Amino acid sequence: MNDIDYAGYPDAGGHFGPYGGRFIAETLMGPVEELCEAYRRYGRDPDFIARFDRDLHQYVGRPSPLYHAERWSRELGGAQIYLKREDLNHTGAHKVNNTVGQALLAKRMGKRRVIAETGAGQHGVATATVAARFGLECVVYMGEEDIRRQAINVYRMRLLGAEVVPVTSGSRTLKDAMNEAMRDWVATVDDTFYIIGTVAGPHPYPAMVRDFQAVIGRETREQCLAQAGRLPDALVACVGGGSNAIGLFHPFLEDKAVAMYGVEAAGKGLETGRHAAPLCAGRPGVLHGNRTYLMEDGDGQIVETHSISAGLDYPGVGPEHAWLKDTGRVQYTAITDDEALAAFHTLTRVEGIMPALESSHALAWAGRLASTMKPDAILVVNLSGRGDKDIHTVAALEGIEV
Amino acid sequence: MSRIGERFDVLRAEGRTALIPFVTAGDPQPAVTVPMMHAMVEAGADLIELGVPFSDPMADGPAIQLADERALAHHVSLRQVLEMVGRFREQDGVTPVVLMGYLNPIEVMGYAAFAQAASAAGVDGVITVDMPPEEAGEILPLFRAAAVDPIFLLAPTSNRQRIETVCASASGFVYYVSIKGVTGTRQPDSGEVRQRLEQIRAVTDLPVGVGFGIRDAASAARFAEFADAVIVGSALVNRIAEFADRPSELLSSVAALLREMRQAMDKDTG
Repeated sequence: MNDIDYAGYPDAGGHFGPYGGRFIAETLMGPVEELCEAYRRYGRDPDFIARFDRDLHQYVGRPSPLYHAERWSRELGGAQIYLKREDLNHTGAHKVNNTVGQALLAKRMGKRRVIAETGAGQHGVATATVAARFGLECVVYMGEEDIRRQAINVYRMRLLGAEVVPVTSGSRTLKDAMNEAMRDWVATVDDTFYIIGTVAGPHPYPAMVRDFQAVIGRETREQCLAQAGRLPDALVACVGGGSNAIGLFHPFLEDKAVAMYGVEAAGKGLETGRHAAPLCAGRPGVLHGNRTYLMEDGDGQIVETHSISAGLDYPGVGPEHAWLKDTGRVQYTAITDDEALAAFHTLTRVEGIMPALESSHALAWAGRLASTMKPDAILVVNLSGRGDKDIHTVAALEGIEV
Repeated sequence: MSRIGERFDVLRAEGRTALIPFVTAGDPQPAVTVPMMHAMVEAGADLIELGVPFSDPMADGPAIQLADERALAHHVSLRQVLEMVGRFREQDGVTPVVLMGYLNPIEVMGYAAFAQAASAAGVDGVITVDMPPEEAGEILPLFRAAAVDPIFLLAPTSNRQRIETVCASASGFVYYVSIKGVTGTRQPDSGEVRQRLEQIRAVTDLPVGVGFGIRDAASAARFAEFADAVIVGSALVNRIAEFADRPSELLSSVAALLREMRQAMDKDTG
């Protein structure tokens, strides 16, 4: 693994070793190739990059702080924990870094309409937000089941001018919303840009979304050097599709001394089968345009997943994570609903920061890991989103109606 | 030569267009599929396209999504679909059978195991909707060795270069998707489709079938004027849905719809 040139991946066809690629219907091959060309051109166009940087600064509010959680670190009695505060971004999560990038690209390509899939609604809100900002028509596909669970985000998207379309096929959750967005796109490719919310889908999405999110890791690197005088010893991030994790990890992949941990959702426990941890308990297959680890049955049908956090409730994972698992560069682990919930309460009470339930998975693992490390060690956790959206879920579990 | 090639040669000699019905295997229940295949041949089908149900049929419209859900309620697997083809072959050794589905069930079975099992069951061709030729490098030699035709799609968005790439990997026939969209959702423009077929024929000698938007006898006849094959899916699948709880009328009703199409096509071309 020491000889891998991580910057050289994916290859021209979008492959990370055996993973990734472009597994889509012929109707989309031409348009996806066109998108790839546009991204190749604008991705290194100084004007485009300057515009993206300016929007991240003035609209999103970057750089997000790297916060030393001293009180929590002291309580744990191990490593010094730093939190990368993506929860402080406009719209409250890391998702907007990517939607700003893709919306800018959509404008350059002359598209007038954007579509997106969403689970918990965070990516839908981030897409509806940039659509309002850039004057683009916006349609968001969301599973009927998720619409019921996330009424506030649905209303938020509608306030922003987006149309939210309920998806009633399959399990009526995130994966079905993605199927429906693909179906829309097949029929509307001429004037429509599909803003995928994570590092999955056909090439170039996994690489493109990673590049837009890599601002997280680049900032963390500079901030850690400035604040602590050296690079961190370990990085921890939650993994659903895996965009916040790859955004943090990617700029550190060549730094061999930096350990990395991706944390999946163990739901009710890996042994129960009711989880959303394809890297820890799934196997390779093909879905949504790429080859990656999946949750599937013995016949190759995709199975329903479970997690307390809707944002991790997805049966696949970005193909680069699948490859980083196989090469051993990143360790993947899983945290249960109960452990994540406990971490949610701990951070809220000890640091006065209410984390998203997704990020709480990373925090739970970080807490466990920190206590095995020396007090002069540095551990960075990606606090990928804020927890306001989860208050109803947490309250309901405690039998409280808000 | 494969059964598919032989069948198209005969049709070409007779000046007829192939009628290819699509049904999802196991819809509305597994016991129906083999008798339905025989009934469709009886009603004038020249080839049969059998859908392999998948949990996430991204290229399909509502009709075929629901058909997949009905079949999956009975846990119909790729292995069971192959068994159905095997049983069909006990009585029909000549009608070509093509499987149409998504890649993941094949990935799980393993490429080599699938190619051998498909060939042994009497499958003649395989359409894998989400596997373009660029991703088929590993499976194509296994299909060739097993005498199974890899059938690829071409679409309104395929440019000249893609037509060449796709035709270079294809055998059996080429499947032209007549609309920008998922199955059964739009009415294709026959003038436009005719032009596209001319572009495809400039590149390949393979027969070219047209599907995704043929909904009745009139549209089947219209496309039969210039296509080598007319593929009917959602219209039949809707008929199956309609008669799902009336099994005694199901076969005759599906056969009646197909026969109407066959007659309309033969009248116009003959």
